[in-house]
Amino acid sequence: MALLEMEDVRKSFGGLQALSACSLEVEEGSIAGLIGPNGSGKTTLFNIVTGYERIREGAVRFRGTAITNSTPERVFALGIGRTFQLTRIFTRLSVVENMLVATQRHEGWLRSVLRPAGSASEHRRAMELLDFVGIARLADAPAGTLSYGQRKLLDLACVLVADPSVILLDEPAGGINPTLIGLLAQRIRELNRQGKTFLIVEHNMEFVMSLCHRVTVMDFGKTIVSGPPDVVRSDRRVLDAYLGTEEADGDEAP
Amino acid sequence: MSERVVAAAEEGQVVELRRSGRRPRAVANGVRAAAILVALVVLAVFPLVFSNPAVTTIAFFTLVFMTSTTAWNGFAGYSGYIPLGHAVFFGTGAYTLAIVAQDLHMPGGYGVFWLVPLAGAAALVVAIPFGLIALRTRRHTFVVITIAIFFIFQLLSFNLGITQGSSGIQTPTPPWFGGAFNIPFYYVGAVILVLSIAVSWFIRRSRFGLQTLAIRDDEDRARGLGVQVGRVKLVGYVISAIPVGMVGALYAYFIGQIFPQSAFDPLFDITIALMAFLGGLGTVSGPLLGALVLEPLQQYFTVSDPSYYLIAYGALFLIVILALPRGVVPTVGAWIGNRRARRAAPSPAAAGEASGGAPGGTRYAATVRSGE
Ligand SMILES: Nc1ncnc2c1ncn2[C@@H]1O[C@H](COP(=O)(O)OP(=O)(O)OP(=O)(O)O)[C@@H](O)[C@H]1O
Ligand SMILES: [Mg+2]
Repeated sequence: MALLEMEDVRKSFGGLQALSACSLEVEEGSIAGLIGPNGSGKTTLFNIVTGYERIREGAVRFRGTAITNSTPERVFALGIGRTFQLTRIFTRLSVVENMLVATQRHEGWLRSVLRPAGSASEHRRAMELLDFVGIARLADAPAGTLSYGQRKLLDLACVLVADPSVILLDEPAGGINPTLIGLLAQRIRELNRQGKTFLIVEHNMEFVMSLCHRVTVMDFGKTIVSGPPDVVRSDRRVLDAYLGTEEADGDEAP
Repeated sequence: MSERVVAAAEEGQVVELRRSGRRPRAVANGVRAAAILVALVVLAVFPLVFSNPAVTTIAFFTLVFMTSTTAWNGFAGYSGYIPLGHAVFFGTGAYTLAIVAQDLHMPGGYGVFWLVPLAGAAALVVAIPFGLIALRTRRHTFVVITIAIFFIFQLLSFNLGITQGSSGIQTPTPPWFGGAFNIPFYYVGAVILVLSIAVSWFIRRSRFGLQTLAIRDDEDRARGLGVQVGRVKLVGYVISAIPVGMVGALYAYFIGQIFPQSAFDPLFDITIALMAFLGGLGTVSGPLLGALVLEPLQQYFTVSDPSYYLIAYGALFLIVILALPRGVVPTVGAWIGNRRARRAAPSPAAAGEASGGAPGGTRYAATVRSGE
């Protein structure tokens, strides 16, 4: 049984069919990649899994239990963490405060009112993770002063705080420099060795192909191919999907 | 240049903040503790030193508004939701005291003060359905809904039998007279204020407060990190209603008679919001400062020429929003911080500005280096 399953998920926004017959399985302990041209529905699929969008057709299962149309809070409590394509952090909190928002997956409201934010052990854990992604020096800085790449790292560290079993990353390497991409890949591998499962959406092919155990390709809201990187790389349909949108991409690019 | 210095130069202002923040922290804590002690002593001896009833009356109203704006800010300032219907809780508190005292035929005296916590409880009970309805919406819609619910309550107080319509309700007459009349009201108000500040401060430091601040910055992301936003918002909202209900009751007892238009006053919310905005929304001291400045001014204007103060308020609101959008306390705080930082480390600031404009440059290299 796969850890995370999406079965025949369909979603339309008004007249636009963003997802049609989208199926995907993520095995426990693997690093799965999800690629596809712009607008093929990758982010929409993430939103559906993590409770940000509701669906009428299809099913999402986690450890065999249906979590279709759950809420983001509940999905997170089950141990599914995610980052956003356009990195989102709490800009007016300090970096370490960002980390403490999420430390308790299950905490009663009275407890959360009465306890100061962040026990000593939670602080230590937050600092460890900040150190792990390389921004521990900035712990006391307002998060709004971080650069784009540092925000991506903080975003990842935040998700790690509550120790999720699956992590969904939406374009983690987008818009950051090569050195940082190297660090990121290294950290993901390390976490994977510790048993974390990943599902990664990314346009950087080198990043995806070198990191992922299995890659799924989406086009026009459908998952068209799924397999090991080598197989996917040389698949005719994948080349078609990408070549078919190459021109459109060229138009959009700044 | 050593690697650390390079990294520091590349981080620019971030480094300055830390550098200026570390050493004086113990000193700052000491200064803060001393300031709190002084404030408490001033609060305690004020009516003994300035015993003129005209002054203690203004002091009493100032306490009422300091409490209200502190409580309001404990929700609005931390969550970013701006409710403009807290007069509902003020009115609920006022009517709770008036109606219960009347029904129980309570004689005037210290006993009536026991109804103040009851009024707080009544505000809590009203705040739950109010919050459940209003907090389904966000931003502008939320503001409009709270105003709409406020007008429903005002209309009800004019028309329900229990509030006795526009003829109002008398509250018991205290047996104490003359120059010392204000004193018991002042001290009860002072106790409620200190409790409200303590709660506000406590919330700011709790995880609950941190989650509320996270909601202010990005509610949807907070949900994705497991923050139960519905619950956090409702609890914050209800907590903010309680002190307002308590001072509403105190006000009713002080004034001696309660009417729909004074208990459910649309200017109430404008006033406490202005106080919080002026001093600094989302800070503990800002709203206190705002009320401390504005309420005596308002009392003075009301006595001398009531028609002016509304104009003055409107003008002041404009000035605050345009010139000091963050309020006095954060603006001054940032100004002091900048000056200190500039004095401590002049060169990194320039370097930070130079590299800050181009994302994707050398700043990341510094991060990576120190991470390994
Ligand atoms: N909330 C929404 N309302 C309307 N249309 C939407 C909405 N969200 C996504 N879409 C549309 O659904 C389609 C899929 O979008 P999605 O963001 O999932 O693509 P993506 O694969 O993540 O693309 P990219 O690689 O550019 O991030 C697009 O055509 C997009 O315009
Ligand atoms: Mg996307």
